[in-house]
Amino acid sequence: MGTGATGMMAARDLSASILPLSLDGVGYAVAGKPLLSDITLRIEAGRRLIVMGANGAGKSLFLRLCHGLIDPTTGRRLWASGEHRAEAQAMVLQRPVLLRRSVAANLDYPLALKGLPRADRREIVARTLDRFGLNALAERPARLLSGGEQQRLALARAWAMRPQVLFLDEPSSALDPSATKIIEEMVAQFSDEGMTIVMTTHNLGQARRLGDQVAFLHRGRLIEHRSAAEFFAGPETAEARAFLAGDLIW
Amino acid sequence: MDGPFATAFSLIASGDPALMQIIGLSLRVTLTAVLIACAVGLPLGAALALARFPGRGAVIVVFNALMGLPPVVAGLIVYLMLSRSGPLGSLALLFTPTAMIIAQTLLILPIVISLTRSVVEDLWAEYREQLLSLGAGRLRAVPTLLWDGRVSLLTGVLAGFGRASAEVGAVLIVGGNIAGHTRTMTTAITLETARGQLGLAVALGIILLTLTLTLNAVAWGAGQWARGRLG
Repeated sequence: MGTGATGMMAARDLSASILPLSLDGVGYAVAGKPLLSDITLRIEAGRRLIVMGANGAGKSLFLRLCHGLIDPTTGRRLWASGEHRAEAQAMVLQRPVLLRRSVAANLDYPLALKGLPRADRREIVARTLDRFGLNALAERPARLLSGGEQQRLALARAWAMRPQVLFLDEPSSALDPSATKIIEEMVAQFSDEGMTIVMTTHNLGQARRLGDQVAFLHRGRLIEHRSAAEFFAGPETAEARAFLAGDLIW
Repeated sequence: MDGPFATAFSLIASGDPALMQIIGLSLRVTLTAVLIACAVGLPLGAALALARFPGRGAVIVVFNALMGLPPVVAGLIVYLMLSRSGPLGSLALLFTPTAMIIAQTLLILPIVISLTRSVVEDLWAEYREQLLSLGAGRLRAVPTLLWDGRVSLLTGVLAGFGRASAEVGAVLIVGGNIAGHTRTMTTAITLETARGQLGLAVALGIILLTLTLTLNAVAWGAGQWARGRLG
């Protein structure tokens, strides 16, 4: 490694952990109407945190606030790296937007935004295509892929950015069981590689399979945050119990 | 069988040099104006779509209104700027093809800006969170949105080309319709019709129509192809 690289490392160590992410009394209000209130929580490195709650509880908003798409209107959001919006993170939106270009170009786009040299980008794209079984689709227009393939590409695009933490908003809500299984396997692999996972899901089975912690939101408040085993064995709050029971009855 | 249509077809078939010269100048003026209007209007329209500043609404309304700017008024404005006593009179551009390019650019620019603004604004609504998530700020989003909106934007550019190639008022005022120098298809049609020499007028009319049809056919085909190809 040359002196230039060493100098850069001194300026900001890109391999340093951005986690834990601390939310300190965080709230988010629109036109005076609170949508998230007084959330205090630490997301530690290596976790697989499942965010649960009924429709409108604020799960999606919570993820976007953590990721930095929106800023808290009250309280503080603090990355361990001190960045306002940590760079080493990625998110798979509930409805990922793929650009109107090829699969490979979609993978290349965020890498180019990061300012990586062309040669590095080409190598990362090749490795990503390989790993996600997208080689045969590399030159296909991304918008014409099937739903499952599009979601795989969205996941691959996030993975290629080498995030320390990956936010996933209902990653398999629109997929059939086999495509869902593929996505779950990928998320489990990411976690095994050391990536921190924060994910919302409506699918209780999926939450049990993937989660090691559960954060339960109710009307914009975090009312339970415990290990998944404890949560599923018997939630503390009546709201979470009703939520689990309701889902089981249906 | 010596009516205007027969004359027109023989003029076209024989590749009459005066006719060819007029067509060449018209295309050069209009295409140059389209290029300039795109170079300025595409980024400006996109910026207008993404920027938030006081008076933005008024700016949008003005550009929308300018899409209907009467060509003679555009011509008059450029005439006043370029005439010998005008602010740019020393450049001696009046009655040159350059003056015509300026006037037509003025006509096309609002169309390109307004349509770009509208296309990019819609696209931004869809892309905003994704692009921010991937690390693109507003400024960096501009080229991305322009590229992803390329098919729809082509329609706007074509509308601009159509407006410029069809107008007569602006090029007549600032160009002066000087034979062999600033005579375009539309000004020639005006003059030849007034003189009762319908052959050349009809020939130019046919060519203008054919040009417009061909361009629109190509654009439509390209749009269909791109939609199938790009999704």
